[in-house]
Amino acid sequence: MNRAELKQAVLDALADVAPDVDTSRLDPAGSFRDQFDFDSMDMLNFVTALHRNLGVDVPDVDYPQLASVDGAVAYLERHAS
Amino acid sequence: MPSLGADMESAVLTEWSVAPGDSVERGQIVASVETAKGIIDIEIFEAGVIDELIARPGDSVEVGAVLARYRAAGATEPLKPIRPAPPEPPTLGRVPPAAGSSPPAAGRMPRSAGPTPGAARRVSPAATRRARELGIDAATIPGTGPGGSVTTADVDAAAAAAPASRPQRAPAAVQDQAGPAAPTGRAPAPTDMRAVIAQAMSRSKREIPHYYLATTVDMTRALERLDEWNAARPVTERLLSGVLLIKAVAGALRKVPELNGFWRDGRFEAASSVNVGVAIRLRQGGIVAPSLDDADAAAAPELMRRFQDLVQRARSGRLKRTELTGGTITISSLGEGGVETMFPVIYPPQVAIVGFGSIVERPWCVSGAVVAAPVVNATLSADHRVSDGHRGSVFLTEVAAALQHPEQWL
Repeated sequence: MNRAELKQAVLDALADVAPDVDTSRLDPAGSFRDQFDFDSMDMLNFVTALHRNLGVDVPDVDYPQLASVDGAVAYLERHAS
Repeated sequence: MPSLGADMESAVLTEWSVAPGDSVERGQIVASVETAKGIIDIEIFEAGVIDELIARPGDSVEVGAVLARYRAAGATEPLKPIRPAPPEPPTLGRVPPAAGSSPPAAGRMPRSAGPTPGAARRVSPAATRRARELGIDAATIPGTGPGGSVTTADVDAAAAAAPASRPQRAPAAVQDQAGPAAPTGRAPAPTDMRAVIAQAMSRSKREIPHYYLATTVDMTRALERLDEWNAARPVTERLLSGVLLIKAVAGALRKVPELNGFWRDGRFEAASSVNVGVAIRLRQGGIVAPSLDDADAAAAPELMRRFQDLVQRARSGRLKRTELTGGTITISSLGEGGVETMFPVIYPPQVAIVGFGSIVERPWCVSGAVVAAPVVNATLSADHRVSDGHRGSVFLTEVAAALQHPEQWL
């Protein structure tokens, strides 16, 4: 997948987790937590959605690397096949 | 139309799950309605056969009004109306409407009641989701729901009105005129939700003589066990620390059952099961506390799956009525990055609530030496009409012991 496709996959996963957030208005560099009170349950659901949609299993210790849209896209570029 | 909250006067029927002639089982979901708390599934309380659907999707139906008629199983006459549910362990449902609230309009809610110009507008979570699916900015849609809120029916109507001119997903630049990212539902004041909370909490503080206890719990072993568990499992089987707290509370209630139940009609009714209400913060403001039933009997992994499902449905506005009214005690946990201690207010007619602050690293004494340890402050607010400090202390000590010996249950 290219960068644009990965970004769309990240936004889709976020939309699953937080249907009440307008993902088109997110600052891609800003943390989810600062922008919409993303909590540990949201993070788990986000990572679960990425796993379901892309087959990427993100270890617990890597969660902080996926704290923003840009961070998640960069992580997936390194780990998604 | 059953009451789903203290100040709920009406709800919008979103869909029927049954048709005339259908046989239904007790507890089967027959319809969904949209309220300030999101879309709630309505169950039927008796087996029977649906005879006539009276309310139509899109109708605003007052509490107590007839939604449909059905024949009870085995009976031929008379037809029974589907309307207010029999009294269940209600939480918010029993609170009388606020004295200052306006009486329900005769007949139906005015469908054309739009928002006051310039006033904050509310968009239900379900409507927000539908709007995004359709590529529509929900802020541009006139609302006809309670208090002028935008409902899914409004979104559908807006989509139907201008189907050709709307791209599936509008380019971000077009939608981005409102400035930096903000949760679509947050800026508007969730007035209905606040009113519900205000009534329940005012009643609690007015009627319940609270006493408060607190203790600090060393979480070292619990978090070590959690890390071990999660490292060895795929993301779909991982646990959060929150579920360990729920598990510990549910187990401790077996030893102190007088914290689990209801104060009704001047006396305590012990609950026969441990249905732990979990306070879930909603991004658009407010909280709901749906219950995890029989939490003491469920193993941690099963409880985690149910907890995860509950949070996701609460935040997307899709809870079942029984989940909103079934809790026998509540847990309120601040999660990560918050303050250390909370003193929660009992959710009537329950008789206790357990609070957890954020887990923080603090100096801790172990065998005469000071070490850095992750700790959590656990608090209990309980009803002095039912229990006293000694029993509360036994309970919190039991919670702490469970968290310090996770190997016994995880």
